[in-house]
Amino acid sequence: MREQTSVKQSSTSWRNKLINPVLNKEFKLRMRTPKAMWTLFFYLFAIGLMAFSAIYIVEINTGGSRSFNPEQSKVLFYFLSFAQLGLIAFMAPGLTAGVISGEREKQTLNLLLTTQQSSATIVLSKLVSSLGFMVLIVVSTIPVYSMVFLYGGISPKQLILVFLFYLFVMLVLGSFGILFSSMFKRTMVSVIVSYGVTLFIFGGTALIYVVLMSTTDRFYTYNANTYSWIGHVLAWNPAGALYSILDPEFTDQAYRIYGQPIATNKQPLALWKEFMMIYTCLSILALWLGIRSLRPRMKKN
Amino acid sequence: MLQNNDVEIISVERLKPTSLEPAPTEKIEVPMIEIRQLTKTFGSFQALKSIDLTIPKGTVFGFVGPNGAGKSTTMSILATLMFPTSGTAKVDGLDVTKYPNEVRKRIGYMPDFFGVYDQFKTVEYLHFYGASYGIPKSEREQLIPQLLELVNLSDKKDAYVDTLSRGMKQRLCLARCLVHDPELLILDEPASGLDPRARIEMREILRELKAMGKTIIISSHILPELAEMVDEIGVIEHGQMIAIGNVADIQNRLRVKRFLHIRLLGREDEAEHFLRDRPLVNRLLRDERGIQIHFGGQDAEQAALLNELVAAGFQLVSFSEAQTNLEDVFLEITKGGDGFE
Ligand SMILES: Nc1ncnc2c1ncn2[C@@H]1O[C@H](COP(=O)(O)OP(=O)(O)O)[C@@H](O)[C@H]1O
Ligand SMILES: [Mg+2]
Repeated sequence: MREQTSVKQSSTSWRNKLINPVLNKEFKLRMRTPKAMWTLFFYLFAIGLMAFSAIYIVEINTGGSRSFNPEQSKVLFYFLSFAQLGLIAFMAPGLTAGVISGEREKQTLNLLLTTQQSSATIVLSKLVSSLGFMVLIVVSTIPVYSMVFLYGGISPKQLILVFLFYLFVMLVLGSFGILFSSMFKRTMVSVIVSYGVTLFIFGGTALIYVVLMSTTDRFYTYNANTYSWIGHVLAWNPAGALYSILDPEFTDQAYRIYGQPIATNKQPLALWKEFMMIYTCLSILALWLGIRSLRPRMKKN
Repeated sequence: MLQNNDVEIISVERLKPTSLEPAPTEKIEVPMIEIRQLTKTFGSFQALKSIDLTIPKGTVFGFVGPNGAGKSTTMSILATLMFPTSGTAKVDGLDVTKYPNEVRKRIGYMPDFFGVYDQFKTVEYLHFYGASYGIPKSEREQLIPQLLELVNLSDKKDAYVDTLSRGMKQRLCLARCLVHDPELLILDEPASGLDPRARIEMREILRELKAMGKTIIISSHILPELAEMVDEIGVIEHGQMIAIGNVADIQNRLRVKRFLHIRLLGREDEAEHFLRDRPLVNRLLRDERGIQIHFGGQDAEQAALLNELVAAGFQLVSFSEAQTNLEDVFLEITKGGDGFE
């Protein structure tokens, strides 16, 4: 009897992994709430508003000439890209920090935990469904970008890179949100901690970079250009990483310092590459911890 | 012939749940639940203090105790949602901490408080849990109408879950517990907060489940109503099992012991002290109606007590034997907690 059922399960397991019931449920339930619609609406509204005001400002500065030159549309594209990153930073913790603690508070989690779904399936499905929704939102902003495209100056390749970067940032912030959601009993705590961590990743690292740079002596000597370790701090910052995608020379500028004894001459790794390496590790760690804290574990004796 | 013998022995075993030694020539049947010296502490608070409990297969076990006694804690541990601080809990011979996944296949758990996914329709809700237990879609499509039939929700199959009444949600949750055909049902206060009509419906369903041969552990206060379908009762208080026995035992106790209701014209405090000193007065309760005592004697002793009270000069308004039922016994046994509900 028992063997029979286990055979049956293993034959369907590959399929269950692809279309697992938790993922299915998450997608269905999320899209059925009015919250999903409002999130989408406000997001598009915010990015649209920013795009139009940016265009307006650029137009005023160019003295009302009827067309943009490529340089201006590049500025617009940069602006939109950072605005989008800011919106993602705002949205991702909010969408993920409650996915597990919310079920705990609504008292549905215990029922889910007594099913055959593994902790990993539950946590990863919740991450994937949140990411799916965020991707939907971000993809729906592409028409806004098309306004910039109309004026030329940005390559599709750059656009694709930027969107892949967004996906990565959503994955990172989502993993952190889910970790806190699994770790903390209350959604309120999880949301606060998630936004706190996000704020640190965006603001804190930038601040540390600026402070470190300003406390370093920056005498202009005629020594050869060298690179300081302080640049690594900026590799923890998503905005820094994004800028290094938009403008490849930015990495160099971030590391460059004049005449420092601690500096080395080695060409630094692009900020966004280092960013990805750091945060891939951190996300995996966060997810692993999140999975572990979902169900009770044996205490080490 | 042999088959019959087996059945005989099992039912004899059932009557004596505390006797653990099996007859040497018989094959030992693994009990459905086997709890040994189970303790659970939350910080410095001991919620469970070395609980022992064995429930054979096919038994319907009533788990009674006041709020905070440790029923839900015990059930959560059995449901693999919480690990014990020490001791072991086994379901069908499997340690809940070592084989949680195997245990989950065997249990249907209904927590004392639970939520539902409001945005689901009733059928979708059951499909989701069915799928979560790895049941293929084709099987679920056959199974779910049957389950809805069992819990009388067939007419609500396309209703959104948040439109269901509390009793309906309770029954839906029960259907959910059954979706993977578990051998053991762990039902934590399944009738709490239900009106009498809904309780009766719940009881009818449980009766059907019992007839299906499920082992059921069910906690708390609908127990008096369930008395005729429960095989065994365990009473827990302050994290300790204070009584385990079959219903017949408990009912015997009911016959032997009686509740006396005494009303006085003043001097209640004195009377309380006086009564507490009598050897046959087991427990004493004071309320606005007077003094209630749990009396261990028969008619002769009762008459003697009345004489003593009169001789001591107490002015008695009434001295009567209270009508007792099973519920009173439970309340009496578990007196000291914050009561039921
Ligand atoms: N997670 C927890 N943290 C701290 N104390 C708890 C926790 N769960 C239960 N308790 C305590 O353990 C005791 C037993 O609770 P419980 O098992 O829910 O009792 P019952 O179900 O019999 O009413 C209670 O005093 C309760 O306050
Ligand atoms: Mg309880």
